[in-house]
Amino acid sequence: MKLFLLMMTALLLGGCSGDWGWYVVNPATKSGMNNLSFLLSGLYYTILLSVTAIIISVVVGLLVALPGLSKNPFLRGINRVYVEIVRAVPILVMILWVYYGLPQVADISITVFWAGVIALALSDSAFEAEIFRAGIQSIDKGQYEASHSISLSYTDTMRFVILPQAIKRILPALGNQLVYMLKMSSLVSVIGMQELTRKANELVVTEYRPLEIYTILVLEYLVLILIVSAGVRWLERRMNADEK
Amino acid sequence: MPVDPQSPLISIRDVSKFFDDFQALKDVDLEVKPGEKVVVCGPSGSGKSTLIRCINQLEKHEKGSIIVDGIELTSSKASLNAIRSKVGMVFQQFNLFPHLTVMDNLTLGPIRSKGLSKQQADDMAMKYLERVRIPEQANKYPRQLSGGQQQRVAIARSLCMEPEIMLFDEPTSALDPEMINEVLEVMTELAESGMTMICVTHEMGFARKVADKMVFMDHGEIVEMSEPGKFFTEPDSQRCQDFLQQILHH
Repeated sequence: MKLFLLMMTALLLGGCSGDWGWYVVNPATKSGMNNLSFLLSGLYYTILLSVTAIIISVVVGLLVALPGLSKNPFLRGINRVYVEIVRAVPILVMILWVYYGLPQVADISITVFWAGVIALALSDSAFEAEIFRAGIQSIDKGQYEASHSISLSYTDTMRFVILPQAIKRILPALGNQLVYMLKMSSLVSVIGMQELTRKANELVVTEYRPLEIYTILVLEYLVLILIVSAGVRWLERRMNADEK
Repeated sequence: MPVDPQSPLISIRDVSKFFDDFQALKDVDLEVKPGEKVVVCGPSGSGKSTLIRCINQLEKHEKGSIIVDGIELTSSKASLNAIRSKVGMVFQQFNLFPHLTVMDNLTLGPIRSKGLSKQQADDMAMKYLERVRIPEQANKYPRQLSGGQQQRVAIARSLCMEPEIMLFDEPTSALDPEMINEVLEVMTELAESGMTMICVTHEMGFARKVADKMVFMDHGEIVEMSEPGKFFTEPDSQRCQDFLQQILHH
């Protein structure tokens, strides 16, 4: 937080020198206010895109992680192949492929939004799968044995015993992925998604003030991510209630 | 004393178990009648834990047969589920669920696998918490309890499944000395109530008091099996004599 205030001060002071042209986003003027609200209007899609993608990637990641924990080599193989292939594709390439390639391969039409969600979720799911696998493997085998001894089914063992403990342990890593997702959502601007980065690009083209506009963009992401970090820490504290 | 001397509740015949090349159990035979208390002892690595873990199928035996209450343990899911609900198990490391309160630890099994209502499960949990003498700890988390209290919660958790047989795998080995007695007292009371029990333990005072049958294992074999009077005074095998010498005089 201190760092943030420091940066703000530095930028404002910088704004006083001749090189900066803060007028372009000065909320006191009508055009400045318009520009500012234009920039902020990308927030909705950035958040919607990231949140939808992270939810899907967590679910897919878990579904991919479970066969990776199996004793059956075939199921483990499925997990390995998925993780290795998906992890090897750069996110930008994945976005381009899903938007331009997938509709042709699968003979479907796809909106920019869903292309972005699918690409981000797919890319991230491989990482989520590895995080889940590590988290689940870190749970003592005595927990499985105790569940076995009170006749819990595999699903109940996972749902009530293993996953609640595993998720608590991997929460910092999941938080990291959410931050990562928020940042990577900026790449979806290349296919025309009207999120923060796209809005900034469009404004730069009309106003010719890249320095100020991209600085605002940096601050937008910074604030978003600080909020997410605080949220994740709050959740960690809440989930650690049993450790007091 | 055996309550019911007729057909055995557990019948283990000719059972062998391998971990890769290592043979953990060699042609083990053991019968346990309803209400009987069996204490199994022996040096570490002798196969005692493996033996009782085979009875509730935490380990699969490779040869021979294990019949529990008329059901033969095979790899089929049906036999596995039928057995698990009849056999309770208490572990050396307690294995309580750390993210759940004592109460939730106790009611999870009855609600999820026996289909009890929350209210029924709560009532049963309180009943068994009183029996292990810690009803006041119901809303705490395992971490907030002492080792002895945790192990008593673990015993209550098993009892909530209303098993016919209780298996104890070195239940006091992970406890500080001053907490061993509170756990043994609960186990003694359970024995007096007529529960069929197989205990792997080196607590020979407890064994003398409750055992109907003593079993000494070494290198995966049952070396000595007799009633406690004979076992402690005149065991047949040299290995058993040496072992008793060591643990009774250390």
